[in-house]
Amino acid sequence: MNNSVSNTARLLGAGLRALLGLTVVTGVLYPLAVTGVAQTLFHDKANGSQVEADGRVVGSSLIGQSYNLPMQSGQETPQPDLKWFQGRPANGLGENTLNTQYRLILSGATNLAADNPELVEQVRAAQAAVIEDNSVPGHTVERSDIPADAVTSSGSGLDPDISPSYAELQVPRVARNNGLPVDRVEELVDEHTEGRTLGFVGEPRVNVLELNVALEGLTTKS
Amino acid sequence: MGPVTAGVLQALALIGALAIVHVPLGNHMARVYSSSRHLRVEKWLYKGIGVDPDAEMLWTAYLRGVLAFSFAGVLFLYLLQRVQGILPGALGFDPVEPAQAFNTAASFVANTNWQSYHGEQTMGHVVQTAGLAVQNFVSAAVGMAVAVALVRGFARARTGELGNFWSDLVRGVTRVLVPLAVVGALVLVACGVIQNFSGIHEVGQFTGGSQQWNGGAVASQEVIKELGTNGGGYFNANSAHPFENPTPFTNLLEIFLILMIPVSLTRTFGLMVGSVRQGYAILATMATIWVGFVALMMWTEFAHHEGALRIAGGAMEGKELRFGIGGSSIFAVTTTLTSTGAVDSSHSSYTGFGGGIAMLGMMLGEIAPGGVGSGLYGMLIMAIVAVFIAGLMVGRTPEYLGKKIGPREIKLAAVYILITPTLVLVFTSLALALPTPPDSMLNPGAHGFSEVLYAFTSAANNNGSAFAGLNADTGWFNTATGLVMLLGRFLPMVLVLALAGSLAAQQPVPATAGTLRTETPVFTGLLVGAIAIIVGLTYFPALALGPLAEGLA
Repeated sequence: MNNSVSNTARLLGAGLRALLGLTVVTGVLYPLAVTGVAQTLFHDKANGSQVEADGRVVGSSLIGQSYNLPMQSGQETPQPDLKWFQGRPANGLGENTLNTQYRLILSGATNLAADNPELVEQVRAAQAAVIEDNSVPGHTVERSDIPADAVTSSGSGLDPDISPSYAELQVPRVARNNGLPVDRVEELVDEHTEGRTLGFVGEPRVNVLELNVALEGLTTKS
Repeated sequence: MGPVTAGVLQALALIGALAIVHVPLGNHMARVYSSSRHLRVEKWLYKGIGVDPDAEMLWTAYLRGVLAFSFAGVLFLYLLQRVQGILPGALGFDPVEPAQAFNTAASFVANTNWQSYHGEQTMGHVVQTAGLAVQNFVSAAVGMAVAVALVRGFARARTGELGNFWSDLVRGVTRVLVPLAVVGALVLVACGVIQNFSGIHEVGQFTGGSQQWNGGAVASQEVIKELGTNGGGYFNANSAHPFENPTPFTNLLEIFLILMIPVSLTRTFGLMVGSVRQGYAILATMATIWVGFVALMMWTEFAHHEGALRIAGGAMEGKELRFGIGGSSIFAVTTTLTSTGAVDSSHSSYTGFGGGIAMLGMMLGEIAPGGVGSGLYGMLIMAIVAVFIAGLMVGRTPEYLGKKIGPREIKLAAVYILITPTLVLVFTSLALALPTPPDSMLNPGAHGFSEVLYAFTSAANNNGSAFAGLNADTGWFNTATGLVMLLGRFLPMVLVLALAGSLAAQQPVPATAGTLRTETPVFTGLLVGAIAIIVGLTYFPALALGPLAEGLA
């Protein structure tokens, strides 16, 4: 009996020592080495691919953000600033509930099922909003014009991209609100449309932040 | 080019890349587990552990090593989370609550990486890199070690010896996982995955104000999360988060990393049992199932004929635009046919059938190609059952790779197959029968049932993905899934090692004209059939109540 207890203790000791040894290799040396090389060779990317405009950091090209008007007092939901291209809905984004000294963004999806009435309601409301926001005199948006990405939330809630067709749909509105010719804005969208990698990987997309930064450049120049 | 063609081409590109890579990697792993040389760093580790790496072990000793090491892992990870408040780099995060800390420790040690917490607001730098990421390496190495021990059981004769656990564990880390991870991590950083220790910081926004971001050693953790078929995300959104998976290329690369080792291990197996063609038969079985599942998933997701998805005009809810439906479908199938559980999209918002396909992938026991190590041993168990069924049909004593499948072997294989379904179905029923657990469901109706069924399927099969609407951060779910993950990981390992021991002790029987040839397409067909029948009969009633009911509604 004593023998088996001491055997077990010896074995557990070996297990613990193995874990500590491997922790040094994979939990200390490995991440530090990778961080060192990454910070040296790919400094910008290792730190979040930040985008600057007019010498000020305006976000990351990888992380979607909202382009809203400042909140008025008494207002509960922010209104989109229709001067700028809008990204996808992000109904799955959360706020941190622990450690409330931070205002961290919690990435996430809605996780709502296709047949959930709540999701049906969200999609219909988003379609109505897209139609209302983007219909300008002489150009009415039809429901059938609206691509799926414009009315659904992404997996992370931080999708930085929209489809080229959603960008196209916003062109007349953006041109009108910025006092720019439609052709010029259309051109801008084309310049910022990225095709599939190698022609077949992923989907064609437009990065909303980069597009808006370029748009801002255009409006302040003219 | 349409999105469907692009999706198909991405699947073909993966198959091509794996066909090329599995040869050198499979050869390398066969050498790693057969070599008698020790690297210097390995000698230091053996000295620290206090073991002789050349001492052969019987299956019981091998098992004791697995269990002692894993127990130490659970204990260490639990304590690390509980003392998080006083650790450096904790970012001011509090210690993790006991039930959640147990759940997370069990989850990462069991190679499951089920997460009932939000990564970005719970785990500081030290717990992520020195706790969770370490288990990503070592739990994968344990899986590989057990698989190699079973292969040795087939390859060796008239000995009970299966190799040395400590040596297999250490070599898997130093010679396979770490070198691949270093290269993969740097490629990911080059594509935009972050790798820093800058903590939580403010970043300006376009329209003014700022966002708060977590920094972290994400790339170094992301790569081993895929490579070791672990799946635990640095961030809550897992591989849908742009900092974990920034481009369409990284998406494809991450799928490739998930498949690389499990696929290559079939070649390692073939080499170690002295017939590469036996490895091909196993690989062909895995590939057939994977291709079939990818085709089904793409079909249902592109067709999107349900509710909100039909109204929206595409199944883009919970999917990132850059991956699209094609890239997301391949990822979803791959992560559930292996024991990974990383997600690049919300499985809960897939079509009813799509969610069912993800669940069915796990229910197959994750063998196509499965987790690192666990996929190979799971498939070899199925092969044993398949030759047994074939043997019954012709009235011969079944054999596989020259070893007789007698009463002891078939009993071990049968119990192995029964463990996970028992855990899944008993705990799902329990959750629904008790008064409070159903409160955790997010969605009404059949989908709510699917959330619970998915959770226990994921836990028992050590997958870790979720229908994430379910609120699993309750005392009951944390404890229940924690237990299920540990039982689902280690009970099968006990049986696999016992089987390995009994096979290794046998005298091989020479092949005769009456021997069932197991390196042929006919055998691959038989194996696929056996898997379909066993899994179909086990889970059909449960699937009918959840995803089938939803998909047909």
